[in-house]
Amino acid sequence: MSTDTLDIDRTRGDFSYPEQHTFDAGTGLTHDTIDYISGVKGEPDWIREFRHKALDTFLAKPMPTHWASHDLENIVFKNIRYYLANAQKPKRSWDDVSEDEKRTFERLGIPEQERRFLAGVEAQFDSEAVYSNIKAAVGEQGVIFCGSTEGLKEHPEIFRKWFGKVIPTGDNKFSALNSAVFSGGSFIYVPPGVKVKHPLQAYFRINAENFGQFERTLIIADEGSEVMYMEGCTAPKFETATLHSAVVELVAMKGAKIQYITVQNWSANVFNLVTKRAIAHEEAEVKWIDCNIGSRLTMKYPGVILKGRKARGEVISIALAGDGQHQDTGAKMVHAADETTSNIVSKSISLGTGRATYRGLVHIPKHLKGCKNNTECDALLINSTARTDTYPAITVRGTGNSSQHEASVSQISAEQIFYMMSRGLTEAQAMSLSVNGFVNDLVRQFPMEYSVELKRLIDLEMEGSVG
Amino acid sequence: MTPAVLEIDASPTTVRLLDAGPLTDAHAEAWEKFQSLPVPARTDEHWRFSSIKALDLSAYTAPQPIDDTTREELLARSTGLAASAGRMVFANDTLLRREVLADTLRQRGVLWLPLDEAMRNHGDLFRSRFMREDAILGGAKFAALHASQARAGTFLYVPRGVEIDLPIEAFHWLTGEGGSIFPHTLIVAEAQSKVTFVDYFESPESTAGFACAVNDLWLGDGAQVTYVCAQNWSGQALSVQINSTVVGRDATAKALTVNLGSRYARSESVSHLRAPGGRSDMLAVTVAEDAQEIDQRTFQIHEAPNTASDLLYKNALDDSARTVFSGLIRVSPGAHKTDAYQKVRNLLLSDEAEANSLPGLEIEADDVRCTHGATSGQIEDEELFYLLSRGIPLRESQRLIVYGFLEEVLQRLGSEPIAEKLSALLHAKFDAKH
Repeated sequence: MSTDTLDIDRTRGDFSYPEQHTFDAGTGLTHDTIDYISGVKGEPDWIREFRHKALDTFLAKPMPTHWASHDLENIVFKNIRYYLANAQKPKRSWDDVSEDEKRTFERLGIPEQERRFLAGVEAQFDSEAVYSNIKAAVGEQGVIFCGSTEGLKEHPEIFRKWFGKVIPTGDNKFSALNSAVFSGGSFIYVPPGVKVKHPLQAYFRINAENFGQFERTLIIADEGSEVMYMEGCTAPKFETATLHSAVVELVAMKGAKIQYITVQNWSANVFNLVTKRAIAHEEAEVKWIDCNIGSRLTMKYPGVILKGRKARGEVISIALAGDGQHQDTGAKMVHAADETTSNIVSKSISLGTGRATYRGLVHIPKHLKGCKNNTECDALLINSTARTDTYPAITVRGTGNSSQHEASVSQISAEQIFYMMSRGLTEAQAMSLSVNGFVNDLVRQFPMEYSVELKRLIDLEMEGSVG
Repeated sequence: MTPAVLEIDASPTTVRLLDAGPLTDAHAEAWEKFQSLPVPARTDEHWRFSSIKALDLSAYTAPQPIDDTTREELLARSTGLAASAGRMVFANDTLLRREVLADTLRQRGVLWLPLDEAMRNHGDLFRSRFMREDAILGGAKFAALHASQARAGTFLYVPRGVEIDLPIEAFHWLTGEGGSIFPHTLIVAEAQSKVTFVDYFESPESTAGFACAVNDLWLGDGAQVTYVCAQNWSGQALSVQINSTVVGRDATAKALTVNLGSRYARSESVSHLRAPGGRSDMLAVTVAEDAQEIDQRTFQIHEAPNTASDLLYKNALDDSARTVFSGLIRVSPGAHKTDAYQKVRNLLLSDEAEANSLPGLEIEADDVRCTHGATSGQIEDEELFYLLSRGIPLRESQRLIVYGFLEEVLQRLGSEPIAEKLSALLHAKFDAKH
């Protein structure tokens, strides 16, 4: 397989085009900002009201710094621009997308990937999707793949029922912020029994400076259906901080399977504060594969509420904290029915002055039977200035359930490096090989296209940090 | 905040604890600190999962005097190990009996004194080590209260190179409805010395009371200290215990707590590994029944290279008991070649029992070996089947499995007489119900 089309590395994401926004909500966040966004989008009153209420919740909620990084205090909400777009309706053909936007996604390799292996693509540029298309054959099966505004306007009977239900507005300060100013993201509905063969993909691109991107994604997999969703993210390097604060809700109905794959590669000025949660009904399976590279501070703990009997939740997490970065990631598993099982595997690598934190929650409350959780966290430290933390919280009640948690911290084995160097590899090559070996068993769970990209990203991030 | 000389009023009144004020002028600073520090709140990470409402102190009074009948009864019940190097018995913070150390130890400079005597006769030495480490796991308010009220307890000083073979014991009794006590244990073990100390915390009846204990261990270079605490307060008591252990170069600290009593028991244990070669073993065994809540917080701080710590906490939970274990290993920058281990195991014996585990790591050095594990589960069917198939009745089989689960920790002490004594306490509690 040729990999050049998948070459979405940091340097490749580090470019931007001059801004030419037709719609701009200005700087700062007030109830007027909400009215502007809602007005431009032509939303029904209930959404507008939902946004206003959410803004009140956001303003009332304190920053969670009693447990989280104080770096959050450096976000200046009044300096951020909350809505930037040229149009509200995405194009169905790349030919109709404006030149700069099209070139952006071409440089990121998106149209190429779409042709090669995707069932549908949505490309978001700042606040709105500029392109959204689903392969005809998939659409004909009744699969809906559109943006959040369009989903709520055109298919309220499907999306309204679950919108804001998996992650309520007041879940945390940033879910409230997203609920107030959300724009873009994907709304997907897969009808009963439909198995979408190829992945659906969304690509989130921040182009503007001092900007906040707040996409909102809701995926509903109806009974017995299957879908795989992949998202990628980049932004150029700016001097000022950029905010990305998404809300992603997944609903897996009875026997449905959802796989949600993220490969994030934000530049080092991005605050990435994302709330992701799924509800898994009876015998449903939800798997989050979460790969966090880049950003200044990422806080993200994908969760599964195991609501139906025999539901299964899984989080596979890889985090790479480079110089000056803090990856605060993890998983939440809330067992709410008998015989539910969950598995968390987290691997993190800290480089330079990077800090990787695993934060987890496993909750098995009373009167449940046959629930099991397994958690494994491994951390690799590359330099003596790097840091890693592990903060799990596990609650188990009753005699019918069990959980086990294990974590370890290690460094790259000097013997391994020596062995490889004695066979002619440079130190950097040996280090890179060693790191790739550390994450290899997880990377293999990614679709081929993504695992190749991931390895390249890791190599790139390792450059200059060794030797 | 350290008192100069403690002159304690020998006739305590029934004044409420919160109105009691500092014990002496010298305690005033600590009392002020106690009053100014906020009551723990839900949002405080150090109190996550804790039943904060259990901490209400308004019902308790200052320590009450002991009448002669109670005195004789408690002394008769203060049976420790068959052989010990010394024994003191306190009840409601009053010294009842003192079985002194052998002359040979005293001649070699070993000091073992009640708190007030230590302050009076060895003020400088005592003050240099009395409550010198901050309570950093959430209990600062309780530590300040303790410092303002501490009048009972023992100070043990073991000079350089002195090894004490037999264990030293102290009993602290909490008796009477609504009373409070503040047991203090301070052990200073100089370089190359060796000692084992056992604290017994007991109540003669099932009344509600409040115990706020502090025990601090100081280990000089190459010292070996084993500290055991058998927490067996009444099942209605509210208890807080705050520990700090400072481990010197090549020193070895071993601490074991057995948690049996209290409606709500909070323990905070911090091991400071301050010099290369130091090692700290932190062990605990808990049997929690009824509506008991055992809330244990630990901190293994590796501040120097080549240090080791090994924590093993085991909880057996029955009825609607709750446990909280929150443990953190921190490896400071430069503390290379750290070898740190932490393990908590919860055995759930009823459908209402709840175990909360928060095993944490904060690692800021790269050449380390740090592992932690937390498991929660129940008696395995295979294990039970094995015993049943050999003709052992169900109840007995379950008991054996629970004992086997807990004994492993006691064996780690490496002292047969103490392990036996603790085992007997465990069995007495567990057998009363099963």
